Parts: sequence; C-alpha cells; structure tokens
Amino acid sequence: MHTRRTLTATACGIALLAATACSSSFGEDEDTAQEDTEGSQSLTVLIATSGEAETGAVEAAAAAYEEESGNTVTVEVAQDMNQQLGQALAGGNPPDVFYVDSSQFANYAQGGSLYPYGDLISDVEDFSPTLSQSFTHDGELVCVPKDTSSLALVVNTALWQEAGLTEEDYPATWEQLSSVAAELTQGDVTGLVTSNEYQRLGAFMKQAGGWVTNADQTEVTADSEENAEALDFVRGMLGDGSLRYATDVDAGWAGEAFGEGRAAMTIEGSWLAGAMEADYPDVGYAVVPLPEGPAGPGTLAFTNCWGVAQDSPRRDTAVELVEFLTQAEQQIAMGDAFGAIPSRQSAADEYLADHPEDEAWGASGDWVQGPVTLRGFDRVLAQFNTDLESLRTAEPRDMLSDLQRYGEAALEENR
Amino acid sequence: MIPTAALRRSPRGAVPRGDRRALWGWLFVSPATLLLGLFLLLPILMALWVSLLEWDGQSNPFTGGRADFVGLDNYRELFVEDGLDRTLFATSLRNNAYFVLIYVPVATALSLGLALIVNQRLIRGRGLLRTTFYFPSVTSAIAVSTVFLFLFQGSGAVNSLLSWVGIEGPNWFADARGVVWVVLGAIGLVDPDRPSGFLAEQGFLGLTWFEWLSGPSVAMCTLLFLLIWTSSGTFMLIFLAALQNVPQELEEAAALDGVSRRELLWHVILPALRPVLFLVLTLALIGSWQVFDMVYIMGQGAPGNTTLTPAYLSYQSGFGEADYGQGAAIAFVLFGIILVCTGVQRWLLRERNARFGRTR
Repeated sequence: MHTRRTLTATACGIALLAATACSSSFGEDEDTAQEDTEGSQSLTVLIATSGEAETGAVEAAAAAYEEESGNTVTVEVAQDMNQQLGQALAGGNPPDVFYVDSSQFANYAQGGSLYPYGDLISDVEDFSPTLSQSFTHDGELVCVPKDTSSLALVVNTALWQEAGLTEEDYPATWEQLSSVAAELTQGDVTGLVTSNEYQRLGAFMKQAGGWVTNADQTEVTADSEENAEALDFVRGMLGDGSLRYATDVDAGWAGEAFGEGRAAMTIEGSWLAGAMEADYPDVGYAVVPLPEGPAGPGTLAFTNCWGVAQDSPRRDTAVELVEFLTQAEQQIAMGDAFGAIPSRQSAADEYLADHPEDEAWGASGDWVQGPVTLRGFDRVLAQFNTDLESLRTAEPRDMLSDLQRYGEAALEENR
Repeated sequence: MIPTAALRRSPRGAVPRGDRRALWGWLFVSPATLLLGLFLLLPILMALWVSLLEWDGQSNPFTGGRADFVGLDNYRELFVEDGLDRTLFATSLRNNAYFVLIYVPVATALSLGLALIVNQRLIRGRGLLRTTFYFPSVTSAIAVSTVFLFLFQGSGAVNSLLSWVGIEGPNWFADARGVVWVVLGAIGLVDPDRPSGFLAEQGFLGLTWFEWLSGPSVAMCTLLFLLIWTSSGTFMLIFLAALQNVPQELEEAAALDGVSRRELLWHVILPALRPVLFLVLTLALIGSWQVFDMVYIMGQGAPGNTTLTPAYLSYQSGFGEADYGQGAAIAFVLFGIILVCTGVQRWLLRERNARFGRTR
C-alpha cells in the first residue's frame, strides 16, 4: 500500500513540475530585456480588420516601413481580437504592435500591458485632443489613435428626392429630423434606422448637453435630465415608427438596411463608406452633420489606438513603426484605401479638402465626444445597450438610473 | 480486490505478489494518469485557484504579484452583492433553467419516439429514415445556427410559412418577451408591457418575480428548437442500440400474455431501457446546461439578455471583460449545478423493487 501511495505522490509531483516548467515563460513583473537594435528586427502586428481594404492598407504601410527601415513586419489579422490579445498578453508573448479597442484600453493600461510611448511620438499635439484624452491613463498619453471617425447623418439621395425633399431639407434640429423621418417612412422604407446602442443614441445625449460621464471621466453623470430628454426624444420617434432599430427591420446592422434601401437615413461613421462601396456600390448617399439638439451640435467619435506591448523585447522599434504608420502621408493613404479619417489634425484637414463629401465624418471640436474608456464599463454599457432595446416601451429614467448605479459601482472598484 | 487479498495471504516470499502486481498496474496506467492529471485535473485546480483571484489576465496568477487573492468575493458577487454581476448571473440561470426544463424531456421523448419508429421491423425504408433523423447531429452546429438565423428572420422562411395559415410570426431573434406572458397576455390575463403588483415589486437575486416567471423568451425558443432538432438524432441512435438489445423473447412472452402495445412499451420496453434512459437524460441535462456555441452565433445574450447562459456569461466575463476570476467562478457554480441535477436525476431513476413487484 505504501508503494502505491508513494507512486501516486511521485506522479503528481512530476505532473506539477512539468506544469510549472511550462508556465515559467509567463510574463513576470520585471522589465522585459530589450533586444539589440543594431541588426534587423522582426515585428509582429495584430489587427482587427474591418475588411480586405483595411488589411491591404495596413500591409502596404508595413511594407513601406520594411523598405525604409530594413526591419521585417508581419501583419496578422485577428478573428476575435479581445480573446486573442488577452491570451497573448497572459502568455507573456504578445505581438509587438496591436490595435487597442477603446473599450479594452483602460483594462490593458491599468494592467500595465501597454508601453506608454505618447511622449516619444513627434508632434503629438497634432492628434485630435478628444481622442488623445480617451487614450490617456494617469495623465500620460499611452497610445496614439490610429484614425478617427465621427457619427454623421447619412441620407439616401434617391429616396430623399422621391419624397420630394431637397438639400434645403437636411435636418438641422431634432424637430426637423423627426418630421423628415416621418415623411420618409412609407411602405417598406423607414425614415431613420440605427442600432440600439449608446454608441449611436448617445449622440442625442451629447446634443442635449448630457453624457455618460463628465469630461475627464471621474464621475458618472448618467441620470441627468439632459440624458432623459434625449432618450425621450428617441422614444417618441420609435413610438411613431419613423425610427427603428436595425434588428427590427431584419438587418444585421444599420448599414445593411441603408444599403438595401429600407432606410432613408442612418447614423453611422466613415466605416459605412467602405461597406457601401463593397456591397452597394450603386446606392447614392450624402453625409451631413447630425442635427443640433437643445444644447447645440454633438456627435461621438470612435477609433482604436496603436498599442505597443510592455512585454515586447523590441519596444523602440515598435514605437518607430507606430510613428511611421501615423505620419500624415500614411494616414491619408489609409483614408484613401478604406475611408478612415486621419487622426492627425493637419492630415485630416488635407484629407477632407480632397474629400469634401466626407467632411461630417471628420468633425472635430469640443462637441465631439470620445468613447468611454473606464475599466469595468464594458459590461455596464453593454447592459445599457440591452436596456435600450426596449426603449420604445420602457421608461428612460429607469434605465438611466440603472446605468448610474452600475457605473458608480464599477468606478468604485477602480479606485 | 478479492484475488489480491487472497494472494496476499500466500505464505511464499517476502514481497506479496499482489503488491507487485499493483506496482505493475500503476506503471501501465501511469501514462494515462499523467496525461489526465496534466491536462484535466491540474487545469481544473488552476481554474479553481483563479476563481479566488481578482486577475486581469496580464500577469502570472500563480506567482503572486499583481493578481490579488480575494477569497470568495467572486462567488459573493454572484449571489449576495446587489449589482450588475448578480443580475446578469441570475438572468442567465433563469434562461438556462427554462431551457433545461423544456429541452430535456422533449428531446428525450422525441428521440425515444424516433427510435421506436425506426426499430419496427415492418416499416419500409428504415435505413433512409435512420439517416434522415441522424443527419442533423452530424452537421456542424455553427453552420446550422447560421442557417437558422436566416430561417427565423422577421421576413424569413418560417414567418412566410406561418403567414400562409394566417399567423403573423414574431421577429424571432429580436423578441425578448417571455412566452408565459405572451400567452397570458394574448388571452388578456396580464399586460406583459406593464407589469404591476406583487410580481413586479418583489424579487429574488436582483430579478423580480415577474422576470423569473416569464419563461423562455421567443428568441430562446428558436434556440431550443434548434438544439432539440440537432441532438435528438444522437439520442435516437443510443435508444436504438438499446432497443435492439431488448430480447425478442420478452416481447413474445408479453404478447402471449395478451398485453396491448402501450402496456408493452410501459411495462416491458421502458424498464429494460432504464440505464440508457438515465444516460440520455444525463447527457441532455449536461449538454443543455453547457449550451454555448449556438448562443455565441445566434444571440450573444440578445435580445434583452434572454439568450444569456451561464456558459456564455463565463466566457464573456473572462475574455470580454478581462475578469477571469469571475468567469472561473461562474464555471464552478455551473459545475455544481450540473452535479446536483445529475444526482437528483439518478435518485429519481433508481431501481425501485417494491414498485416493480406491484406492477406485476
């Protein structure tokens, strides 16, 4: 009997040893040793692409960098970015440069996975201040935004003319929006189709003078009268059927309903341009600024940033690559390829001068709201989006007070 | 054990032969034991440890450092603390409980029925029928889910079919209403959009009784339909194998006694199938508590969190929100639920000799 027990113990011991041996390459707290920068280095870039156009553009930019620097760059496309990046970071062997989604940014920055390189980038003030603010953690610009895109009202010009409307009728206020949407709603066509997300409907909150948090994201300001007013307005439009959610018109997203001519208007960013070109090249559309609310104009801006891994043994070269990818010339090339508006303001001005029709997507100013980048807010806002699904029948103030409560709890956990 | 004990009493030699045999036995099973320990037991223990940590997935959770040990906090957030975590977890439990309640009996009954049909010797085209019934089981769940997404669109094939018989079908995947309230609302007993009274005010684990009692949502019903359709073929095959093992003589003897077909099924065939019935019920139970792939493809919790299941919530907490401790805790609670359910089922299906005597 003793032998049996000894044997079991030995077996377990060996198994444990083997397991620890396997996990010894785990990222430890000490700083990763840096490779010698003398010779040629090879970098890995992990991106979550919006489509072939974007992959092609990043690959082309990487090739241009290889040409210039003599280093090699491998561009990998993630299928499930959060999961793949999370695993790579946990395994201590992450890609050198990667897209960081704004919702994941705070988590990675707080966990110390991102190498804060903001002050190493030349002319960093040129980046849009709204977005730079979103990617600042503990007063430090951690990573620079890769591009930008603000929400705008996109109008199907054919349906617009069919309804007897002219360019004069592009809505400038909420009342006008609601009346043209009602006018355009006929048969299979819905006036305005968008998704049930704060990432779209939040623009109305901004226009009413509210938002989920205060400007420097230190307080949750969800249960304000302004936010309730905005949701009440949206609820009214949902109630009379002039605004419908994409899922309610059998579309995967609003762009699909818009492209198929089942929506006369939608609220989307510049990524819509790529989708329209690829799937619905014959549909004519115009991009106009979102209507103003009681507190003036307001829109939301979205982007990813170029993260550099703290655990990368080639951080300096990685920053060099980011510097190259975010210079005006490359940003404009990417804009031409898949419609992303440059995040450098000088480049954005140049790009928009060439593409005046995209002007509304490149909006800048303090009425442009960047994404919420607070740790633990992902699920809070996901729950808010779930609540927004039933906005037509539910009470906006209830969902805002839930958002306030859950948001404060998440904020409390971060302190 | 009996031969070993007998051998140990043998007077010859200092080392009992039994122990030496055991030694050889251990040696022979050691590769399998090592593999199981390394890839099954050890990861489970590691996950158990992670469920006690506040770990963001960006450091080594086993060497101390940045992952804080928080004891049972992750479990407390699921059951005790009023907050989003608890509400989401309770919602996922509710959804999955209804899923299990409907799926397990329906899938078992359906597959047994199919097996009885294709087991008949007189039926024509048995092979074809067996293949047809089994076919959904060998099709990729991902592919089937995607096809179902199209079938159940608001203007999809299912609603077109329904419209021929004058029924206006719901927008299946966007309909978060619970079927209990839909039915009660249709006969005018309650107003599902405006719950009121005791059910709406009181609650448990952060959900009101109104929400607990809602039943599966319309969207969840499509998932149920899909899982029943894809898995009943496999269960049919298991039943079929067992049916072919029921001795012919039993049925003949019963026939001589002059029993009806229903009595034959109830008193002869089903008792003979009891172990297999337990197997199928257990597999169905475990499979339905772990439903993930279809949720991932078809809803990811939408609409209104009514397709959220604990398995998906665990994935979402871990990989979506980098709260790996919470994700692991949910997985262990799920493990406990499955163990308890299987135990209860085993107890319900135990051999009851007294009843056997009476039925004779």
